[in-house]
Amino acid sequence: MSWFEKIMPSRIKTERRTRSVPEGLWIKCGACDAVLYRAELERNLYVCPKCSHHMRIGARERLVRFLDPGEHVEIGAGVMPEDPLRFRDSKRYRDRLAAAQKSTGEKDALIVLAGPLQGLDIVACAFEFQFLGGSMGSVVGERFSRAVDHCVAHQTPLVCFSATGGARMQEALISLLQMAKTAAALARLAQQRLPFVSVLTDPTTGGVSASLAMLGDLNIAEPRALIGFAGPRVIQQTVRETLPEGFQRSEFLLEHGALDLIVDRRDLRERIGALLRLLLGAPGAAVDAG
Amino acid sequence: MAVSFLDFEQPIAELEAKIEELRHVSSDVPVSIQDEISRLQAKSRQLTTSIFANLTPWQITQLARHPQRPYTLDYLGSIFTDFHELHGDRMYADDLAIVGGLARIDGRPVMVIGQQKGRDTKERVRRNYGMPKPEGYRKALRLMRLAERFRLPLVTFIDTPGAYPGVGSEERGQSEAIARNLFEMAVLSVPIVTAVIGEGGSGGALAIGVCDRLVMLQYSTYSVISPEGCASILWKSADKKELAADAMGLTAARLQKLGLVDEVLPEPLGGAHRDHGAISRTLQTALARHLSELAVRPVDQLRAERNARIASFGVFTDLTEEP
Repeated sequence: MSWFEKIMPSRIKTERRTRSVPEGLWIKCGACDAVLYRAELERNLYVCPKCSHHMRIGARERLVRFLDPGEHVEIGAGVMPEDPLRFRDSKRYRDRLAAAQKSTGEKDALIVLAGPLQGLDIVACAFEFQFLGGSMGSVVGERFSRAVDHCVAHQTPLVCFSATGGARMQEALISLLQMAKTAAALARLAQQRLPFVSVLTDPTTGGVSASLAMLGDLNIAEPRALIGFAGPRVIQQTVRETLPEGFQRSEFLLEHGALDLIVDRRDLRERIGALLRLLLGAPGAAVDAG
Repeated sequence: MAVSFLDFEQPIAELEAKIEELRHVSSDVPVSIQDEISRLQAKSRQLTTSIFANLTPWQITQLARHPQRPYTLDYLGSIFTDFHELHGDRMYADDLAIVGGLARIDGRPVMVIGQQKGRDTKERVRRNYGMPKPEGYRKALRLMRLAERFRLPLVTFIDTPGAYPGVGSEERGQSEAIARNLFEMAVLSVPIVTAVIGEGGSGGALAIGVCDRLVMLQYSTYSVISPEGCASILWKSADKKELAADAMGLTAARLQKLGLVDEVLPEPLGGAHRDHGAISRTLQTALARHLSELAVRPVDQLRAERNARIASFGVFTDLTEEP
């Protein structure tokens, strides 16, 4: 920690840490090497204005900018992680949790907000990839389940943005069972004829991909996102051959019939708003409230 | 068939080899040799009891993967009658890593689905080491729906290292196939009893394991990832598998303490592979009991209880204030 960070008030530090892209006035695009002005990149939802490369974006920032501006109600914020197995590898799970909470300013890897999207009340949730790789443990499962309960109680649709490596190893079988829990929650939503839009972003793999993320009434992906059950390295080790070009990218999944559509991040608000209105038989939005 | 011994069973293996040797000695002094054999057999039992009293999670993992352990089709032969295997997902292929079909247990018609490993090299390859592809899970789902239509309870056997990670699996939607089964099983209107008989490896296991009752054999395992996989990710070395097995708490006993398993079924001394008959009888009694208990549940109650069961999974602190 530098002397400057030490003397900074803690509130400001937390603010700094919630940003998913490292600080600095200029940011280099990982895909085209263009040097981009940070403020402009933020305005562009972390999509490179030169090559349209979709960089990762923090969960809370994504949700706040996806929903209409104004007040949002957070769901499940009081649900906090525990360490039921007293899991320890090179570090203790408790310490890993504390470090992730400190660096992200979040308590766990899923954020759920209720609010309007182009005037239509919805619940939207997003995985925070910076929080232990967006991994799904008990808290993610419970918050997702409460998101569904809120949808059922208020008869609203659900949108989920996935960015995750899968189930959280440190909660072992309990994490695995969150796959059943989130899938069962979506079955409750489906019985109410409420739509679930799953937005798969880079990366969406493992236990999340094999549960809630692939169960959308609509499965939408951002361009070039890595999406799959097994990670490419595991597959490479198993089959011992070079993987095809573009393997497990959004475009590959679309071609193989796993996705409904690929949508640029900058168009997600409008497209999902329109699709939900069509599914719900609501009139089209005249003006984008955002 | 001669029992094959695991590394930690070597002292038992040596004793058993000595017993075999004595059996083949020419019968000059039959009485004294018979005595010696009995003495050694008693010693072998004693040694087995003491070794098996303190098994580590990694040793239990090895037992769960024992090459002579009874597999799904063995139990289909020993526990069930009138078994008719049904093949194919009606869309793409018949995945031999999952078997399923109609059968009877104690006269009661049921649908049985389970992962299937192979006994010899050729069979192992044919069964893809018990690692199903999307078509396997879709076959399972087809059979579940068939069971539901004819109001037959479902019995599933879990025994897999995990779903197969291959190019074709990804192309055909491994994630979607697993997810769909979780979704459908949550609301299936017939009782589901699941038994973990060997390895319960990750989402590939759970995809046929959403249930009303979960039983595990004493030396079976169930977790989110294999000890080797966990070790290579968290310890950066697959050699730390023993540490990983400890940390993950993947054994039946530990999972029962966590309240995730309804019943743990004791295995014969030395493990299920030492006595297929005994473990079959144990499993049959337990399955039949759970099926009878569930059979009297009205459908609404059955589904509500399953939903509550699934919703209860998870350990967390809740500081939410009541509105």
